[in-house]
Amino acid sequence: MRLNNKIFFIVLTILLALVLIAAIAFGAVQILPSEMMAALIHWFKGESNTTIYENVFIQLRLPRVLLCAITGAILAVSGVLMQGLFRNPVVEPGLIGTSAGAAFGASIVFSLSPFMSPVFKTVLGPFLVPVFAFMGGLAATYLVYSLAKNNKRVAILPLLLVGMAINAIGLSGVGLMTYVARDPQARSITFWNLGTFSGASWFQVLVTGMVGLICIFIAFKQAKKLNVLLLGEQEAGYLGVEVNTLKTGILIVNTAMVSVATAFVGVIAFMGLIVPHVLRLLIGSDNRKLIPASIIMGALLLTLADMGARLLLAPAEMPIGIITSIVGAPLYIFLLKKYHFNQNDL
Amino acid sequence: MISAEQIKYSVGTKNILNNISVEFLPGTCNLIIGPNGSGKSTLIKLLSGEINNFDGQLRYNGSDIKNYTKLALAASRAVLSQQTELSFPMTVEEVVMLGRNPHFEFNPSKKDVEIVKEVMALLDLNSFTHRNYQTLSGGEKQRVHYARVLAQIWEAPKGEQRYLFLDEPLNNLDIYYQQIFLSIAVSLLNETTTLIGVVHDINIALGYADQLFFLKDGALIKNGAPEKIVDAILIKEVFNIDTQLMLHPSTGKPVVLF
Repeated sequence: MRLNNKIFFIVLTILLALVLIAAIAFGAVQILPSEMMAALIHWFKGESNTTIYENVFIQLRLPRVLLCAITGAILAVSGVLMQGLFRNPVVEPGLIGTSAGAAFGASIVFSLSPFMSPVFKTVLGPFLVPVFAFMGGLAATYLVYSLAKNNKRVAILPLLLVGMAINAIGLSGVGLMTYVARDPQARSITFWNLGTFSGASWFQVLVTGMVGLICIFIAFKQAKKLNVLLLGEQEAGYLGVEVNTLKTGILIVNTAMVSVATAFVGVIAFMGLIVPHVLRLLIGSDNRKLIPASIIMGALLLTLADMGARLLLAPAEMPIGIITSIVGAPLYIFLLKKYHFNQNDL
Repeated sequence: MISAEQIKYSVGTKNILNNISVEFLPGTCNLIIGPNGSGKSTLIKLLSGEINNFDGQLRYNGSDIKNYTKLALAASRAVLSQQTELSFPMTVEEVVMLGRNPHFEFNPSKKDVEIVKEVMALLDLNSFTHRNYQTLSGGEKQRVHYARVLAQIWEAPKGEQRYLFLDEPLNNLDIYYQQIFLSIAVSLLNETTTLIGVVHDINIALGYADQLFFLKDGALIKNGAPEKIVDAILIKEVFNIDTQLMLHPSTGKPVVLF
C-alpha cells in the first residue's frame, strides 16, 4: 500500500494541528479556543495575561504541548536515522543506550547541584544539564556501537544485547544519582525511567526546539546519502558516499538531539520504533520523505500519548513512558519476529 | 584506461595479491578467471577503489586513483557485486534511481528519471517498476542491481572515460540472463568505455573476453587474447583439471570440454 504523498502530508499536518489544539484545550482545566486566541493576542502585544485560564495556557499548557511535539519529532526522526545507519528496523535510541546514557549524564548535574556555587548554578546550571546529557548519550552510544562491532560489521543481536547491558548501567547510574541527591529539586528515578512532560518550561522548549531544528535540518540534508546507505556500506562507497563521515555525522546529531530531549523529559521508549515502522508501510523507505513525515507523525503521536497520560487517570497523571511502552513493546516483539527469528544473522 | 603497476596487497602476514601489473584499454572486455581463493574478487575491489591500502601504482586515465574523491570516482566507475541485500522495502524504480546518486544533489532531474527508464527497459524490468524489491527472486534482484549500476555510468562524464566492473555477477542467473548481462556489457564498449569482470564459467569468459587474465594464488599467470593464450596446459596449470579444447563451429572461438 502506497499513499499519494501530497495528500498524505496534508492530512497528517491537519491531524497534527487538531491534536495540538485538543491537547492544549483539555486538562485539569479546560481552555477554550477563544481564550487561547485572547491570551496569544495579549502576549503578542506584551500585555500581561488577565485570567487564570490565559495564565494556565501561556505558562503551563502551551510549553508542555510544544515540548511534547518537539520531543516526539526528535525521537521519531532519531528512529529513522538509527535504523538507516544500522540498516535494521528494530533499532531506536531507547534500545541502544543513547537515552539511558543521556539520562545518566543529566542526573549527575542534578545530584551535584547542591555543591555548586549559587552564581554558577544560576548562570550555567540550566545549560549543564543538556551538555552532560549529550556527553552521557554519546559515550553510551559509542560504547554500544564499538562493543557490538565485529569485523567492521554490526550484527543486530550483539547490538541489542550490548544495548541492554549499557542501558542497565545507565539506569543504575541514574538510580545512584537520585539516591545520593540531596537537592529536593532532583528528579525521581520514575521521572528518568518513564519520562514525563509535567515540568515543561519555556526554557526547555527553546533549547530542545533549537537543538532539534538544527540537528534534524543537518540530518535531512543527508537523506539522499542515507538512502544509498540502504544498499550497504560497500555499495554506498561505490556510489560515491563517504560512509564513515556520514555515519559519524549522523550519530553525533542524532545523539545530540535525543540527549537534550531526554535531559528535560526522561527516557521515553519505543517512539523511535513505532513512527518509522508505520510510515514505511504508508509511504515507503525514502528518507527524503520519511524524515519530514516522522517530524509530523512523531509530534502527533507523542502529543496524543501525553494527553492520555494526563487524562486517563485524571486528576492524577501517569508517566508517558507507560503509554509508549504499552503500544511500542508489542510492536518491537512483532518486528523482531518478522525480521529476525528464523534468520541466520540474529 | 586503467593501469596498475606492481600491485601488492596483504592482510596480516598473508599475501593476497603479488606484484600484479596490468593494463585495461578502452573499448575492450577484460575478464579475470582463476580458482577459488586466487584473489579475483580482491583484485576487482582494489582496481575499483574499494580497497585502498595496497602497495603499488593504480592509475585511472593516467592520474593516480588517490587523487579522486569517492564521488568523482563514482561518476565514472560502477561496480556490480555478487550480492546486495536491502533491509527495508523499496520499489524497484527507487533502487535503480540510487544508481544516479553521484549525478544529482538532492532530487533527481528529468534526465535522471529518463536514464532510469531507459536502463529498466533494457533489462526487461518495466513490469517491475512499482514492485517491492524484497519480493523478487535472486535473479530478478540481480537484474535490478545491474540496471542500477548501468544507470550510474550511463553516460561518461564530459571528456572522461567510464569503467564498468562486474564482480561475479552471474551467480543467480539462468543461462539466458547470463548471456544478456554480458552482451549488454559488451554492447556498451566504445573508445571511452572499459569493461573489467570476474566470471566463473570459463566458456563464457572465452566467448566474451578480448583480454583474459589468469590468476592463481594472487599472481597473474598469463594474460592476452583468449585464442592466443588458452590451451589445455594453461588450464591444467591454473585450475588443475584435464580438459580438451576445440573451436566453436560458428564463432571460431575456443571452447573448453571437460
